[in-house]
Amino acid sequence: MQYKSQAVAKPYFIAAIGLFLGQIVFGLIMGLQYVVGDFLFPAIPFNVARMVHTNLLIVWLLFGFMGSAYYLIPEETERELHSPKLALALFWIFLVAGALTIVGYLAVPYATLAKLTGNDLLETMGREFLEQPLPTKVGIVIVALGFLYNLSMTVLRGRKTSISLVLMVGLWGLAIFFLFSFYNPTNLVKDKYYWWWVVHLWVEGVWELILGSLLAFVLVKVTGVDREVIEKWLYVIIAMSLISGLLGTGHHYFWIGAPEYWQWWGSVFSALEPIPFFMMTVFAFNMVNRRRREHPNKAAVLWALGTGVMAFLGAGVWGFLHTLAPVNYYTHGTQITAAHGHMAFYGAYAMVVLTMISYVMPLLRGRAANSRAAQLAEMAAFWMMTISMVLITLFLTAAGILQVWLQRVASTPMSFMAAQDQVSMFYWMREFTGLVFLAGLLLYIASFFIKGKDAAAA
Amino acid sequence: MSSAFTKSTARNIFYGGAVFFFLLFVAMTFDTMNTLPKRDNRANLTESVARGKHIWETRNCIGCHTLLGEGAYFAPELGNVYKRRGPEFIKAWIKSQPTGAPGRRQMPQFHLTDAELDDMVNFLKYTSEINTAKWPPNIEG
Repeated sequence: MQYKSQAVAKPYFIAAIGLFLGQIVFGLIMGLQYVVGDFLFPAIPFNVARMVHTNLLIVWLLFGFMGSAYYLIPEETERELHSPKLALALFWIFLVAGALTIVGYLAVPYATLAKLTGNDLLETMGREFLEQPLPTKVGIVIVALGFLYNLSMTVLRGRKTSISLVLMVGLWGLAIFFLFSFYNPTNLVKDKYYWWWVVHLWVEGVWELILGSLLAFVLVKVTGVDREVIEKWLYVIIAMSLISGLLGTGHHYFWIGAPEYWQWWGSVFSALEPIPFFMMTVFAFNMVNRRRREHPNKAAVLWALGTGVMAFLGAGVWGFLHTLAPVNYYTHGTQITAAHGHMAFYGAYAMVVLTMISYVMPLLRGRAANSRAAQLAEMAAFWMMTISMVLITLFLTAAGILQVWLQRVASTPMSFMAAQDQVSMFYWMREFTGLVFLAGLLLYIASFFIKGKDAAAA
Repeated sequence: MSSAFTKSTARNIFYGGAVFFFLLFVAMTFDTMNTLPKRDNRANLTESVARGKHIWETRNCIGCHTLLGEGAYFAPELGNVYKRRGPEFIKAWIKSQPTGAPGRRQMPQFHLTDAELDDMVNFLKYTSEINTAKWPPNIEG
């Protein structure tokens, strides 16, 4: 750790991992409710478990992005953070607000929560992923502005590298597009149209800039390859991300009432969306193969390579599987979407945050890399989580194909619930695999507590 | 990558491409907004439909159901439920929840008044009349 203020990243990472654990526990509750429908009902109905699961996902990734940025920016700009105190204050505000929101979901019925938090003043709740009460949404904006102010001031006064600029563009984009969560017209078509300006333009747009810059940063550090080469790759990858991803939003406009030309535009541009992910995989392997040094943190290198591969499979391949309009006509809103969502989020965003944590945490704790024993445990956790996620995706895909067949293609289509009964075996298999994922995550957390002789200095 | 392709070329492709495609996206959005009146059934957007959407949102229905294919995949698609089941079935169904059948997926009881049930039905009727390019493929959603 070269700069004292980088230390603020540590609480962000610890909170991220804690919330990640919560996300997985609620994922397992939901997975069980798929096959034992009345599990924990009425204490935790499925919709509540799902809100907690998806909101925790978003929040832990945001904690991860913020922690990563607070570590990365001082090193790239070669100066201390503008205000480490502000960074720590915002950490506590965000953590407490996030926790209160989750408690709100669990403690009172959603309608009561809406009433208590002023949803009637500005109706924004009850839309997928944007379920947060109004004060939470406002809080997110305030935290994001404080965070961006802090980082922007640091960047403005320091060295400007491509990695830090791309990261800042991504983070500003994240904040700006979140503002569309405050727009909720009565017209359902317009509501859905602009809802995607948050959801799609985040995960298939500006977040990819964050992903690219974090991955590039770690690759610069662990491979010692010339920064010029890595930054050129970064620009090409993110250029492709936005060139394909902006109009790729069209693949969400096929069936919500938008004009039918979106079926062409959405299909063509989203067919290009796997390209940047493919390039990211090639990039990561290429840089590691051309490495000029052996970094002692083997676990971080493994996570970096895994991010490229899994993001390509989950976001690229599984996205492409059902993105063309004639295919999507049958697969829209089925378990195939769920399969894609799981692997894409894990591969692209969960794994890049875990890559950063893996690289940064030992440094924050005063060593170049963890002991061999700790790294072995971490790498075993990598394989357990990653392989279970591949299997979860495959089982959900199988469930989805069967669902499409029974409910939409067969000569006498089954009702939704009848079709669900027919695919329950795959839901059971998904649930068991989810338990393996949890075990992998627990091993990952345990690896932080494994002592042993530190690996050699970098 | 050859040496002729420099980092600043790559950077220019990024900024140029991003701006160009974002502006194109905005232009297509304008066109979409102009086309929507013919497709989005706005003529039937009554006060009651607005109240129904409010109920839909404040009960977090999207947390289990899909609506026009988006949402959770735990419970049936409701974009066309008005056509599949009709108004009386929808009201009776909401009133009779939860079923309490052992092991079966459960829907909470929301204690909606008769007026609120009518609003809910009106919202689902409005939704079912949006021109969704013939989606879903059949009445089962």
